[in-house]
Amino acid sequence: MIEFTNVSKHYKSNVALDNVSVKINKGDFVFLVGPSGAGKSTFVKLILKEINADKGTVRVKDINVTKLSARGVPRLRRNIGIVFQDFRLLPKKTVYENVAFAMEIIHQPRKLIKKNVPQVLTMMGIYDKANKYPDELSAGEQQRVAIARAIVNKPRILIADEPTGNLDPNTAWEIMQLLNDINQRGVTILMVTHAKDIVDKMGKRVIAIENGHIVRDEFGMYGYQEALAADGDSAFNTRPVKRQHTIKRKFRRGGSI
Amino acid sequence: MKTLFYTIKQSFIQFGRNLNMGIISIFAITCMLLILSLFFILAINVNTAAETIKGEYDSIEIFLLDETSEEDAMVMVEDMKTQEGVADAYYKTKEDAMKQFKERWGENGYLLDSLEDNPLPNSVVIIIEDLEKADALAEHAGTYEGIEDVKYYKSTVDKLLNVTKFIQIAAIIIMIFLIIVSIVVVSNTIKLTVFNRADEISIMKYVGATNWFIRGPFLVEGIIIGVISAGISLLITGAVYEKVVDMIGEQVYSMLSMPMVPGDFLMYNFAWIFVALGIAIGSCGSIISVRRFLNA
Repeated sequence: MIEFTNVSKHYKSNVALDNVSVKINKGDFVFLVGPSGAGKSTFVKLILKEINADKGTVRVKDINVTKLSARGVPRLRRNIGIVFQDFRLLPKKTVYENVAFAMEIIHQPRKLIKKNVPQVLTMMGIYDKANKYPDELSAGEQQRVAIARAIVNKPRILIADEPTGNLDPNTAWEIMQLLNDINQRGVTILMVTHAKDIVDKMGKRVIAIENGHIVRDEFGMYGYQEALAADGDSAFNTRPVKRQHTIKRKFRRGGSI
Repeated sequence: MKTLFYTIKQSFIQFGRNLNMGIISIFAITCMLLILSLFFILAINVNTAAETIKGEYDSIEIFLLDETSEEDAMVMVEDMKTQEGVADAYYKTKEDAMKQFKERWGENGYLLDSLEDNPLPNSVVIIIEDLEKADALAEHAGTYEGIEDVKYYKSTVDKLLNVTKFIQIAAIIIMIFLIIVSIVVVSNTIKLTVFNRADEISIMKYVGATNWFIRGPFLVEGIIIGVISAGISLLITGAVYEKVVDMIGEQVYSMLSMPMVPGDFLMYNFAWIFVALGIAIGSCGSIISVRRFLNA
């Protein structure tokens, strides 16, 4: 579904990604973890073609993102739903309008909009809030609206950039359940996160990026100390726990992931 | 069709939300267009004048001394008629000349009645067929006996044509300058609405809206600003020009013996030029202001 082959990306003298190869299969649920500035955002931006790789190939579904022209970007993005940490809802539109907006702007027929939007809102458990404005909702409800907007066009891939970052643990867990449901319906999910609890509890595939390298790719644990989970700010200890050192070394020796 | 409707609706909403800036830029662009129209009018009128003069002064006039007889003059006429490049030649008495003069002065012609003697000379008028030959003919006419002067208007026409050319070039330069300024004004106004909608645009981009779809409402907003400005300046220009023609049209006619370009004709052409300019300025301005956001 998403495939990086020898991808490198530099910002001036900084290395964001260095010769990264990884494959995310259809239906996977993948956590992307690592300290701030490690290259996670670059990874996501390359998938969305917000930026271009210096070297290597990025493929999403059957689209060669690296070779895609600017005109082809909308086609690429219609395959991908996106959820942000800060929700990014339009404050002057109601919940219903926010979700319908995503369909309107890609020219979906009105009939389909009237059918799909209530469906998705029901699935997210916020159908009763359809006529409210975002600032009348709790953070958790706002994130549900954002997820509804991301999936209303039935993308095959959902990218969630720290979707639980602004939520309390209980609400965050509810959101994770929703993402899990969506994943069960066959949507590939890539979630960037610092939430150790969630990653550990979900027991899904975890890809860890550090200094532009994938240092770990396995099912299971978050693998960083709690301090990092707070934010991953570089002021905190950003070193992985001991067990990960071995994996990192193994990776550097050229071990496969 | 639905997209078009959406685009137009959005653009009007945007225009409404940003009404102040919209009005300011309409005002600014109207001013530009008014200055522009001033130059247009000047250029067109000077142009017509030049054309008229070119047609009217395709002649050489040989002014005769008072003692030169009509017989001598007729000899000149006959001689001239045999020259190459001459369409016609005739003798014009001082009485004819005075009559023509009075006609040209129109209502003010009575002023000439106070003259006791007719100060105008008799003359031989040569209508030139081929302007290329004018110089040679004028020179030939200068060899006749009993003449006072040979008036040939080539230099006058040339000077006038030079002035016309200068005005035209100046008008074009000023037009380009004004158009650029207008585009900057529009693009700044629209940049404000773009800032207001930056979130919306980024979401649209993430969901996969095409660039033209995102651009659409801003484009239409720019065009609305442009067309409204064009309409206002057209009305103002039309009214003012009509007034000006009413006021000084006749004086201009009697002094220069040529009419000003009629208002209806001018306005009809201006309508197209202004609307086209308005649309061009509006769309350029909006495309410039949205470009940065789309490339992100």
